[in-house]
Amino acid sequence: MTSVLETEVEDAPRRSRKRAPGGGLGRYILVRFLLIIPTIFILMTMVFFLMRITGDPLTAALGGRLTPAQLAERRAEAGYDRPLIVQYFDYLGGVLRGDFGTTYSDNTPVSEVLTTYGAATFELVMYALVVALLLGVPLGMIAARTRDRWPDAVLRIIAILGYATPVFFVGLLLKLVFSVGLGWLPVAGRLSTEGQISMSTILNPTPFFLLDALRLGDMELLGDVVRHAILPAVALGILTGGIFLRLVRTNMIGTQDMQYIESARSRGVAERRLTTRHALRPALIPIITVMGMQVALMLGGAVLTETTFEWNGLGYMLAEYMKARDYVAVQGIVMMLAVIVAVSNFVVDVVAALIDPRVRY
Amino acid sequence: MTATQNEESRLAIRELDVHFATDGGDVHAVDGVSLEVAPGEILAIVGESGSGKSVTARSVLGLLPETAEASGAVIVSGTDLVGLSQAQLRAMRGEDVSMIFQEPSSAMNPVFPIWWQLGEGLRAHRPKITKKEIRAEAITALESVGIPDAAERIDRYPHEFSGGQKQRIMIAMALTLGAELIVADEPTTALDVTVQAEILGLLRDIRERTGTSIIVITHNMGVVADLADSVAVMFQGQIIERAGVRELFANPREEYTQKLLAAVPHLGRNSAWTALEPAQQEALTAAEPVVVAKDLVIEYPGRMGKPAFRAVKGVDFEIRAGEVYGLVGESGSGKTTIGRAIAGLERTTGGSLSVLGHEMNGMREKAFKPLRRRIGFVFQDPATSFNPHLTIEQCIAEPLVVHEQQLTPAERGKRVRDLLEAVELPGRYAERYPHELSGGQRQRISLARALVLEPELLVADEPTSALDVSVQATVLDLFRELQTRLGFAALFISHDLAVVDSLAHRIGVLFRGDLVEDGHGPDVLQRPTHEYTRKLIASLPVPDPVEQEKRRAAFQAEWGSGTPG
Repeated sequence: MTSVLETEVEDAPRRSRKRAPGGGLGRYILVRFLLIIPTIFILMTMVFFLMRITGDPLTAALGGRLTPAQLAERRAEAGYDRPLIVQYFDYLGGVLRGDFGTTYSDNTPVSEVLTTYGAATFELVMYALVVALLLGVPLGMIAARTRDRWPDAVLRIIAILGYATPVFFVGLLLKLVFSVGLGWLPVAGRLSTEGQISMSTILNPTPFFLLDALRLGDMELLGDVVRHAILPAVALGILTGGIFLRLVRTNMIGTQDMQYIESARSRGVAERRLTTRHALRPALIPIITVMGMQVALMLGGAVLTETTFEWNGLGYMLAEYMKARDYVAVQGIVMMLAVIVAVSNFVVDVVAALIDPRVRY
Repeated sequence: MTATQNEESRLAIRELDVHFATDGGDVHAVDGVSLEVAPGEILAIVGESGSGKSVTARSVLGLLPETAEASGAVIVSGTDLVGLSQAQLRAMRGEDVSMIFQEPSSAMNPVFPIWWQLGEGLRAHRPKITKKEIRAEAITALESVGIPDAAERIDRYPHEFSGGQKQRIMIAMALTLGAELIVADEPTTALDVTVQAEILGLLRDIRERTGTSIIVITHNMGVVADLADSVAVMFQGQIIERAGVRELFANPREEYTQKLLAAVPHLGRNSAWTALEPAQQEALTAAEPVVVAKDLVIEYPGRMGKPAFRAVKGVDFEIRAGEVYGLVGESGSGKTTIGRAIAGLERTTGGSLSVLGHEMNGMREKAFKPLRRRIGFVFQDPATSFNPHLTIEQCIAEPLVVHEQQLTPAERGKRVRDLLEAVELPGRYAERYPHELSGGQRQRISLARALVLEPELLVADEPTSALDVSVQATVLDLFRELQTRLGFAALFISHDLAVVDSLAHRIGVLFRGDLVEDGHGPDVLQRPTHEYTRKLIASLPVPDPVEQEKRRAAFQAEWGSGTPG
């Protein structure tokens, strides 16, 4: 009887939680994944009805240029005279089949717009993310380690300059120095004319230029792709890197003051290792969360970078289609961005769970 | 200063001075401290917060903050630590001297498995060690501190262990490199009393087995009486008294030591119920109940399809007008949940809970609001229960602003000043901000705020557990005096049986959501009906080394020493 009490006091709340290895994590990931579906559905519904508040896409695009009678005829043709709810289910059905409609301004299937330009944006954001991580994480760690001394102060100022300077200004400055002044890098675009010719020789092209260049094994083409990507990636990367720097610094300082760091120190662990191993991983949990949101923002907010560098991505096209009042295209792109945000959040949740064992049960 | 003269001592501190450079000027934290610790000796350093005891202990590992400046000598294993380089200090840490922390949950990295954390110390001192060797050492280390299934559990993360097990693992980590001196900073303060007894047993056992010297920093005189061979009393950065443990408890020389000892509640010595006149006892027994719980159930909904957690599993008790009801239990027993439910801060999910004649089960906030003013609440941590942007006056007056809008600012000010006087604080404190006050002063303010509407019922949730012993004693005295004068009924929640007995007329013991005892103090303490209560009483160390030795023997005879054979 006595031993029963004793072990119960110590063990009882834990024993019931005995789990198969990875079982808690698998379940967690599954639940998070299933949550994407309603999220996307709600976003889709909201986008659809918000777009319809101002009328149908046809009226928006062509209103004023056609007589009311012609407009009514075209609306009936396109099915926009049906009840909104019918149109909504029609739209949902289309989306499920991968049909997002066709743009008015250039008569392209929206799905094609999404893959072509979406891939361009994705490429840009990934390059920028690499730049931002390479800048933000190590510099943030240095700032945290030298807290309140001069390297920290300098880095903080750099970070503020990084994220407070508008991206188009940084972009113009970079272009002025590296393209116009030094002539090292191209001014704009994703490929040179020769590059475009080489690229057109590929069979079954993917929308990713870097991938295609690698598949061709054409080093000159690869160089061309990379050279075009550097300035936009750096411009967008500096902005995000500044935010990452502050983020890493704050969270590292938070974990460096935790007792488990002092505890490891009391067993002789070196300062450098305390920073790079012991403090970094716990600090990464909030960092990953904010980074995920930043990536989502970058994907949607690369408009300025894309415009500055004439990088034909989703943001650039969104601006173009808005100018043309092409709401079918806008609706498709906004949808796509919403999906990207939902998926990024899922990825963040999973990464956070991999880092933090406490999330998993 | 040579090391040879202290060969027989494991630690020798000579004329240690530690200064801190702060914004408010130079702080002299340690002022000429000298002491020695012999091999196998357990030395307790006691004193209030700010007495310099933690700084002294940390200087033994060279773990002082950058703003600190130390002079004198701290000689560990023949080497003077003061003035050593960081690299030299690192080489000593873990190998010659290691440390155990107060809060095992925060002293372990939440995102790494146990074996990895334990291995970091090994890796720091033996760079060539392999993963396999680390894992083997981790298993041995965990087994040596009594963690069952060590081979499997070294892959677990800290949150998968109970508080007591975490502290065992911390001790294992401190021991893996064979340090002959361990600094334990309040090693049991964050633990439940029954777990504390086991950890103290483990520490004593380690000393027996390995001859390790231990410096234990504590403010709990019961722990001192249980564990220590000798005691150093610190006050304002100086050691004012240093004696063998029996000598110190029997004949405290310094007035401060005497005061410190007098402030410790001694289980069964001053029961609040026994202190009452028979007529008062009768009056209390006949009084109308203000709180009646019948088969009370409180559940927390489970997350994502998990079953609900039943925090309170069908509890019956009554609190009568003018009565102090003490609720005791370990962490997670449901005592705080009950307190919060009575104050309307938690929903009840089954049974019945009647507070001041109103049924709480299914109560709506709107219907409860007029009742709120008749109930006061004192929170555990005075550091976080005040809005830092409000002055003390605004804090205390807040309930008046909400519930007695007819009062003019001048009248409110007068009420606040009267209350400050009642809690024995000068009226000028009204203009100050919470951070300008000490913990004990803040808890007085907390009491004042809870009493400002003259409630009929006060719920106090561990109001003194964050305070130093001597401060606790004065706050408890104040509570007792105010309760006698104002006659409110109170639910006093605590994990400390001795504190509860000195204050409460009735005691209830909660064990995992069940009320296993309910009776007057002497009845519960002398004739406990449930095994948990017996263990709780037996494991509470009393501040008397001679008596505690007997109690410890009795405890171990029945429940074992808490370590593997």
